[in-house]
Amino acid sequence: MTGQVSVLAYGDRALLVELGSTERVVGYVDALRADPPPGLADVVPAAETVLVLAAERAVVESLRTALLGVEPLPGAEVSDSLGAVEIPVRYDGPDLADVARLTGLDEQEVVAAHTGRPWRVAFGGFAPGFGYLVGGDPRLHVPRRESARTAVPAGAVGLAGDYSGVYPRESPGGWQLIGTTQVPMWDLDRDPPALLRPGAEVRFVVEGTR
Amino acid sequence: MSRALRVRETGPLCLVEDLGRPGASGIGVGRSGAADRRALRQANRALANRDDAAALEVTLGGLEVEVVGGPLWFCVTGAPAAVTVDGRETGPYTVTAAPTGAVLRLGTPATGLRSYLAVRGGIDVPPVLGSRSHDVMSGIGPPPVAVGDLLPVGAAPAAYPEVDALPPPVLHEELVLAAVRGPRDSWVREVDVLVRSCWTVSDRSNRVGMRLGGPALEHVEPARQLPSEGACRGAVQVPPSGEPVLFLADHPVTGGYPVVAVVVDADVDRAAQARPGQSVRFRWVRP
Repeated sequence: MTGQVSVLAYGDRALLVELGSTERVVGYVDALRADPPPGLADVVPAAETVLVLAAERAVVESLRTALLGVEPLPGAEVSDSLGAVEIPVRYDGPDLADVARLTGLDEQEVVAAHTGRPWRVAFGGFAPGFGYLVGGDPRLHVPRRESARTAVPAGAVGLAGDYSGVYPRESPGGWQLIGTTQVPMWDLDRDPPALLRPGAEVRFVVEGTR
Repeated sequence: MSRALRVRETGPLCLVEDLGRPGASGIGVGRSGAADRRALRQANRALANRDDAAALEVTLGGLEVEVVGGPLWFCVTGAPAAVTVDGRETGPYTVTAAPTGAVLRLGTPATGLRSYLAVRGGIDVPPVLGSRSHDVMSGIGPPPVAVGDLLPVGAAPAAYPEVDALPPPVLHEELVLAAVRGPRDSWVREVDVLVRSCWTVSDRSNRVGMRLGGPALEHVEPARQLPSEGACRGAVQVPPSGEPVLFLADHPVTGGYPVVAVVVDADVDRAAQARPGQSVRFRWVRP
């Protein structure tokens, strides 16, 4: 788990650490949380980078030095101890035909590929309750839409790049929408409010077939 | 009856906001908070409140509230809306007393977009995940203020106000924002188009982000996909359409389009006062 860490400027209050893989991101964040450098205000992990927010402008330079010295902790593979979440989906999304065209599959094959193997929550972000799911069928890799929709409905199931995900509430979004689920992704009256937590396994099933 | 504000009119949009909920981005919850944090802090300091006490963020005026349960002190900052107490003009940027039963009204500001009505003791609605800020992106926090709401006012702090008037801000028609080159500036053909052009604030702007009309910032490889990255307030993201979006208070925690510039923290507060149709320019600064 060694390799160069590069730290990029991000305005006057933040720094972007490039790690190159989701595994190294998880290990890096574990290391930061185990021994937080002074002036660290918040950490936003994502696919291959970690955005680090500084408590104030004056500490950004010392924080940069500290971040260059952080080694990702090893053994930070996504945990499988969180159990599996099953999500029934009605595959009626407005981009299902586009996804079929982009992947060279027919619509039934897209559904079979999406339900055919388990996904795993790699990290959160974008919106409360949203989990970036990885580990699905590689044939489903599709680009985001050319321009984002201003309103994607809650429960919409989408694909983008290596990921699948479920929109927890109505929000803008640029993912290719292939279906809809009724299962709430986010509920403030639930503890924890998010259904999908990093590490959890997710299985999509065709609604009404189990 | 304990002290409260009874809402009679809300104007186009009225939200309870404080300085937000830091540290929750791991579960996908952004910081949120007042769009113009400086204006909120200013009002709170004038009233000897804590800096992070919650106040009402009033977009384009039109708020009318009745003071119930006891007298209170208030202060209006941000976009300089006309302020009246029972029809008598008092003005923004002053610390003003309002007796029980008084009706406070904010007119439409001549410049700026968001005014802050702070009361001594703060707006004391129940916090959600540690903050009283409404996040329009996630829907978390106190719901948007509606006619008939009774907004509790907190206990007055031990300290007393030391000033009774504040300097109003200077809001220029053309806003110039200082920005640092972003981590993905090479994803667009010519990032200097950002600082060479005059941009127009789109009417599709909100607390999530300000969309900027102008020349397209063309992607070098429109089909190339950026793995999602964390974002912060002030990030300028460019989707393949080439129309830049400046992230404001309720921006998504992570985003999938390249960030080509990041507006310095202090200038994001000024950006939050820009109205649709207004002109915006950028200039490069070092981080």
